[in-house]
Amino acid sequence: MTTNDQIEHEEEVTRRNFLYVATGVVGAVGVVSAAWPLVDQMNPSADVLALASVEVDMSSIPEGQTVKVLWRGKPIFIRHRTAKEIARGVSEDNDPMKDPALDKDRAQKPEWLVMIGICTHLGCVPLDNTEFQSGEYGGWYCPCHGSEYDIAGRIRKGPAPRNLEIPKYEYLNDTTVKIG
Amino acid sequence: MGSSTYVPKSKAGKWFEERLPIMGLIHGTLGAGYNAPRNLNYWWNFGSLAGFMLVVQILTGIILVMHYTPHVDFAFRAVEHIMRDVNYGWLLRYTHSNGASMFFVVVYIHILRGMYFGSYKSPREVLWFLGLVIYLLMMATGFMGYVLPWGQMSFWGATVITNLFGAFNFYDGMGDSILHLLWGGFSVDNPTLQRFFSLHYLLPFVIVGVVILHIWALHLPGSNNPLGIDAKGPGDKIPFHPYYTAKDAFGLSFFIVIFALFIFYMPNIMGHPDNYIEANPMVTPSHIVPEWYYLPFYTILKAVPDKLFGVIAMFSSILIFFVLPWLDGSKVRSAKFRPATAFFFWLFIINAIFLGYLGTKLPSAIIINMGGGIDALTLGRIASVLYFAYFIVVVPLVSRMESTKPVPTSIAQSVLDARKEG
Repeated sequence: MTTNDQIEHEEEVTRRNFLYVATGVVGAVGVVSAAWPLVDQMNPSADVLALASVEVDMSSIPEGQTVKVLWRGKPIFIRHRTAKEIARGVSEDNDPMKDPALDKDRAQKPEWLVMIGICTHLGCVPLDNTEFQSGEYGGWYCPCHGSEYDIAGRIRKGPAPRNLEIPKYEYLNDTTVKIG
Repeated sequence: MGSSTYVPKSKAGKWFEERLPIMGLIHGTLGAGYNAPRNLNYWWNFGSLAGFMLVVQILTGIILVMHYTPHVDFAFRAVEHIMRDVNYGWLLRYTHSNGASMFFVVVYIHILRGMYFGSYKSPREVLWFLGLVIYLLMMATGFMGYVLPWGQMSFWGATVITNLFGAFNFYDGMGDSILHLLWGGFSVDNPTLQRFFSLHYLLPFVIVGVVILHIWALHLPGSNNPLGIDAKGPGDKIPFHPYYTAKDAFGLSFFIVIFALFIFYMPNIMGHPDNYIEANPMVTPSHIVPEWYYLPFYTILKAVPDKLFGVIAMFSSILIFFVLPWLDGSKVRSAKFRPATAFFFWLFIINAIFLGYLGTKLPSAIIINMGGGIDALTLGRIASVLYFAYFIVVVPLVSRMESTKPVPTSIAQSVLDARKEG
């Protein structure tokens, strides 16, 4: 059997080279597209994504108390801050911080602090020091590796890299928020 | 692996062997067809003990699955059901949970034996790699198995360990994307439990596959031995069966007595009481402790103030074993003839145990109280530095500078000399 190819010179691109590379590329694309569903099935499924928001009526939370609600399997801290706590948060705005943030940027309404109650280090739930303003910063303390957050949930000490995360939330009325 | 010396005794055996020479393969691998150095001591028992533990774990595991349900609503109850209702369920579960610890004890001794006698050195580097791969697979399997009872330590252990992968946050949101992919949700939850269950069932069989490669790689150069010199003539070797099968069986019976002591008299000593409380995502236990076999690495993680570098340090502390064959530049394998190497080896062991001890402590706990007081975090940092210094400084320098003791010319000669002296 003969082919239409001329006698192959080294380095010369022949029809055979082209077919060889093209077959390889098509094959690779096929393998990747076949593998993608096998990987993507691990991502959150539709029913998990459907539970993405929760509404909380905050009218029953007295000043100076924190309530924990579950959102997407994670605890959300809703802290009704006292005027004293807000003042402390604001007064520490210029203190050295790993992840600098102003107190006013931490909450849509300063008296209601809404945060994901998960340490940004390795995911433990920090303990509440707010009641007696105990600990160095009077906020939250993570028992797992000793990270300390202040009264605005800003990281002040320990291995955690970021402030306690603020979820997306909006006020439906004065005392009801929709988280997510 | 494999041997051409195998001669089937029966006619049927011969008929079968011509069609599938598997009996010859076994004969040549773990039978009379494999000649091992004649001077192997009891530290060489731990390879077969590890093989035994792998079989025990797979057997008890397959049976436990018949009574277990991998769902957040049922998993905790299923384990209690196994403990209270299933006939001998308590025995199966205690064997499996303590078996994991025993498996790690045996494998740690097996690895350290390889370190002391230079079994990782040429020409056994790939053998060493395969062993480390088995060890990494064991760590993953053990971790996922610990999550299945869905107690508080299961849940929070899973949360902390999976969050390690969130440290790879090279662009905004990358860490979260990795975590959501691992969890199948926005936190450790039912999808996580189900995939861990699937993988916990799969990985042991992957380990079996790598064990076969490990034994294959062992049989090309043959076993190392306490002298670390190559076995040459027939006088240096004896058949694996019956000599080492008998010796290993004796060691095994001793080992099973210790294993039984744990199962029957202190089945929960390796566990944590918090794991008898059902998982609760709203409450973190006051103190999260991993299983004992991860503790030294956990201390290294805690010692680094930066999250990403802490994770990198922790993984490096294990991966560094892969380059040990090149860090060690000595021509002599066994630490028997390398007194300085042996000395630092034992320091390394003491330091590693100390790292493990610190892993159980809160970072702020005062360990040494002399007026001021030194906390676990500070000591953990010192011990972590020493851990890496062993690999990066001590081994490369000592192995190249040390003047070794004279090495015997052959195993047979050494055995005969010892007999004369004795």
